[in-house]
Amino acid sequence: MSATAESVQDRKAALKGLGTSRKRVEDARFTQGKGNYVDDIKLPDMLFGDFVRSQYAHARVKSIDTTAAMELPGVVAVLTAKELEPLNLHWMPTLAGDKQMVLADGKVLFQGQEVAFVIAEDRYIAADAVDLVKVEYEELPVLVDPFKAELPDAPVLREDIADQKEGAHGARRHPNHIFTWEQGDKGATEAIINEAEVVAEEMVYYHRTHPCPMETCGSVASMDKVNGKLTLWGTFQAPHVVRTVASLLSGIAEHNIRVVSPDIGGGFGNKVGVYPGYVCSIVASIVTGKPVKWVEDRMENLSATAFARDYWMKGKIAATSEGKILGLWCHTTADHGAFDACADPTKYPAGFMNICTGSYDIPTAYLAVDGIYTNKAPGGVAYRCSFRVTEAAYFIERMIEVLAIKLNMDAAELRAKNFIRKDQFPYQSALGWEYDSGDYHTAWDKALEAVGYKKLREEQAQQVEDFKAGKTRKLMGIGLCHFTEIVGAGPVKNCDILGMGMFDSCEIRIHPTGSALARLGTISQGQGHATTFAQILATEIGISADEITIEEGDTDTAPYGLGTYGSRSTPVAGAATAMAGRKIRAKAQMIAAYLLEVHDNDIEWEVDRFVVKGAPERFKTMKEIAYASYNQAIPGVEPGLEAVSYYDPPNMTYPFGAYVCVMDIDVDTGVSDIRQFYALDDCGTRINPMIIEGQVHGGLTEALAIALGQEIAYDELGNIKTGTLMDFFIPTSWETPNYQTDFTETPSPHHPIGAKGVGESPNVGGVPAFSNAINDAFRAFGLTHTHMPHDHWRVWKTANDLGLHG
Amino acid sequence: MITGSFDYHQPGTLQEAVALLAKLGDGARVLAGGHSLIPTMKLRLAMPEHLIDLQAVRELKKIQVTGAEVCIGAMTTQAELIASDELHRAAPIVRETSLQIADPQVRYLGTIGGNVANGDPGNDMPALMQCLDATFVLSGPDGERSVQAREFYEAAYFTARDDLEILTEIRFAATSGGYAYEKQKRKIGDYATAAAAVLLGKGADGSCEQASIALTNLADTPLYCEAASAQLVENGLTEPSVDAAVASAMSQIDPVDDNRGPAEFKRHVAAIILRRAIQQAWARA
Repeated sequence: MSATAESVQDRKAALKGLGTSRKRVEDARFTQGKGNYVDDIKLPDMLFGDFVRSQYAHARVKSIDTTAAMELPGVVAVLTAKELEPLNLHWMPTLAGDKQMVLADGKVLFQGQEVAFVIAEDRYIAADAVDLVKVEYEELPVLVDPFKAELPDAPVLREDIADQKEGAHGARRHPNHIFTWEQGDKGATEAIINEAEVVAEEMVYYHRTHPCPMETCGSVASMDKVNGKLTLWGTFQAPHVVRTVASLLSGIAEHNIRVVSPDIGGGFGNKVGVYPGYVCSIVASIVTGKPVKWVEDRMENLSATAFARDYWMKGKIAATSEGKILGLWCHTTADHGAFDACADPTKYPAGFMNICTGSYDIPTAYLAVDGIYTNKAPGGVAYRCSFRVTEAAYFIERMIEVLAIKLNMDAAELRAKNFIRKDQFPYQSALGWEYDSGDYHTAWDKALEAVGYKKLREEQAQQVEDFKAGKTRKLMGIGLCHFTEIVGAGPVKNCDILGMGMFDSCEIRIHPTGSALARLGTISQGQGHATTFAQILATEIGISADEITIEEGDTDTAPYGLGTYGSRSTPVAGAATAMAGRKIRAKAQMIAAYLLEVHDNDIEWEVDRFVVKGAPERFKTMKEIAYASYNQAIPGVEPGLEAVSYYDPPNMTYPFGAYVCVMDIDVDTGVSDIRQFYALDDCGTRINPMIIEGQVHGGLTEALAIALGQEIAYDELGNIKTGTLMDFFIPTSWETPNYQTDFTETPSPHHPIGAKGVGESPNVGGVPAFSNAINDAFRAFGLTHTHMPHDHWRVWKTANDLGLHG
Repeated sequence: MITGSFDYHQPGTLQEAVALLAKLGDGARVLAGGHSLIPTMKLRLAMPEHLIDLQAVRELKKIQVTGAEVCIGAMTTQAELIASDELHRAAPIVRETSLQIADPQVRYLGTIGGNVANGDPGNDMPALMQCLDATFVLSGPDGERSVQAREFYEAAYFTARDDLEILTEIRFAATSGGYAYEKQKRKIGDYATAAAAVLLGKGADGSCEQASIALTNLADTPLYCEAASAQLVENGLTEPSVDAAVASAMSQIDPVDDNRGPAEFKRHVAAIILRRAIQQAWARA
């Protein structure tokens, strides 16, 4: 008896399935420099493209003279809007229902905008030729402040649509206005706010930043004029969507386009959209008949490919004097830059910003978002978060703190008082979502206990006294955050991108010897899909994860899927993987029953085999079944063992977490030092705890960067002030604190394995935790709110404005 | 981020390097560790026709401590400065400063000669050299000459070095007493928001026998604070004396607004950093 029990355990462990901290199979090649990235692709006769970019934020393009560039030996062609116009490729549609210039068509609208594309035999010649293209500009007034966009003297940026009263998301009230998006009950919310005992108000700005993946964006296009096939390698987080878009734009039939995402060095939302570089490399390959590579450099990446955030969130939160929240009101001014190139599901022009009621039971709420054009780079992508979720989480977690100040209440207590209770799930939020599951109080209590919250507050109070008495020049901040994410977009009934429903897919082939190949519609950019999806499958079909190959990213072989972003891979493709695995197992059951000469219902699944009920010595392992499926003629059963699943999720998933950051702040220099960071994440069923921990560490570090200094800043002429890594903050190990990770496990009730996704939680929850710590340090001195990024000088200025420098 | 085209030269001796530079003239630039020049070339802000790489000039790579004299070859990397125990015994402030320059990868290539010769006010070594009262040795077509670090810097990127000269050696006296290099920066790899190099000698009676103060990135050149140094020697390390020294040093600075913050902030931080450097050096004296 015990021998059998032990062997079941051993067999289970051998699968390296769900819950195993299996080492990442990808790392062998990455740590040895053997990855294969876009810039590693070298094809015979390959040409190189490089952009002439605008140095102005707003200017009319009077003329472009390419003569000198064309005369440089080795230059093959120079493309401008004039060359692209006959192909109708001088503009392209954006994912947000707008259109964007591929190459400047009469004017430029942001610094770094693509003006001409030089194609040369070598990368150096291309760069030399860029300098030889002469562009004559006539400068126009620049608009960088979205609050000035609708003033009478505001320059009209988008002359192409100046007269369009109706945009992709409803009425436009001004040529620089893109959309108004409203959710919730405006009248009821305003009535509550007018009558409430306590109302806290604040403008919360989530500054402009950038995903800045280690690998910049790039593509290699190769048009084979003999067979009419276009192959496109690129840094694509959604290769299948790129194929469809490429077909629609170019007129090349979709079956004649193969899109490949090779290894990708980080995406974080930056690689979801379609960029002029991709289009130009395709056109250049079609024109020249040769492969054309385009890879942007770091400054181009920071200045022209998709930025993130830039949300001005005006909030009002109403409560009783005891701290019961009654209503939440939010108006957001969203700076989208020159083109609306947000990567959001079509029906959500402000993403899932309406998750801004957060973890709280807020009965009445209203949200309005106004999208605005400015002379800045386009984008607005979900940088390590689901669509605009980090904005929403930052907003509500700041508003809670501001309300706590108004109520003179402890911010941890205020949160606990208003959490959605465990018994309220599934919970209908006032802004339209159905939260699937949660146990916020348990997580919160565990977090506060782990950090010794009461003691921390006592220490902080003592330090404030010491500071006032002149005994110290340091202050201590305790940053709290309880976030709720919404990920896994999403149900096809309300989520699509360019009309493509946001399902995802998995196709499995079991080989005769019992190993397997699974292909998915997603694409890893560092998430470790080859490791974790094999683990999901190992548990489902009883084949060791080590014997399952995961493939993604080649549209000629992988099933159609919507790609990897918004923490959707596990909630959607992970579900497809489990469902396809279950189809395999169902067929395997019929085969096993035939082999064991019993009825299907007389056998049961046990780890890696079907066993005859009541006769444990009679069984067929998955390996035996796989072999039989290829060599036995089984009546009524087709040969082979394959399955495919396209999974349309019934709902989003709602991961959550409780974070505490303890910070020491040097009031005289503005330098902050993170003493402790505790992160409890609940991502439902845990697939690979080691990878979860890695994801949390990475996400928290990006959150630290954003909160403490990372920004894309412009001056009043629209010049980018932070266009290199000297000024754009990427933390190194030196700036990164030790993180203490923890978890609770509340499975998603609608996901086949209960998993919710975790990659983005630490960024969503981390930013408010870091920012709240800074704000909290100065609470005792009268600070209500100060904007991110909390770099040294801004922290110093906060202290200075409060009179703390004597 | 692609450089213009240039010819690359790798002389094997200093004599060859000097001759090449004389021959190639204005279109040539001397390459040491490359951490300032190469990025400038990638941005096409500098487009030299010739690069004269000094990495094969072995005689420029050395650390010699002879009695109380220290002599460092211009091509000595920051990593080598950090690794040398002999140098650490002779002048521990050099290791303390070098460890605050960029990150280990940069320090394996970045050289002391390049750092001091470039004239970038953001570099850390120039103020350190002024604090140490170092002598720079320059070789040119007319032979060798010496310039004091305190006389070397004229404006940002403008120094006493002639275009046809190569900075070959740095010499200074071994230090005694307390030392400190305090630097505030936004992150690893950043230039200083404000930094201060301080050397202090403490007498048996607790008096300040010797003081030397220099500041980094607070003007368009490094700043040797002669009056502030004298103030400490004269009046010791009492609170009013330190206040006066700091005030004196602050009267010399002229920081500019940049992404690190406005000048007002830098002025405040500079005073704090200098005060901390003085306290630290005195504690070690």
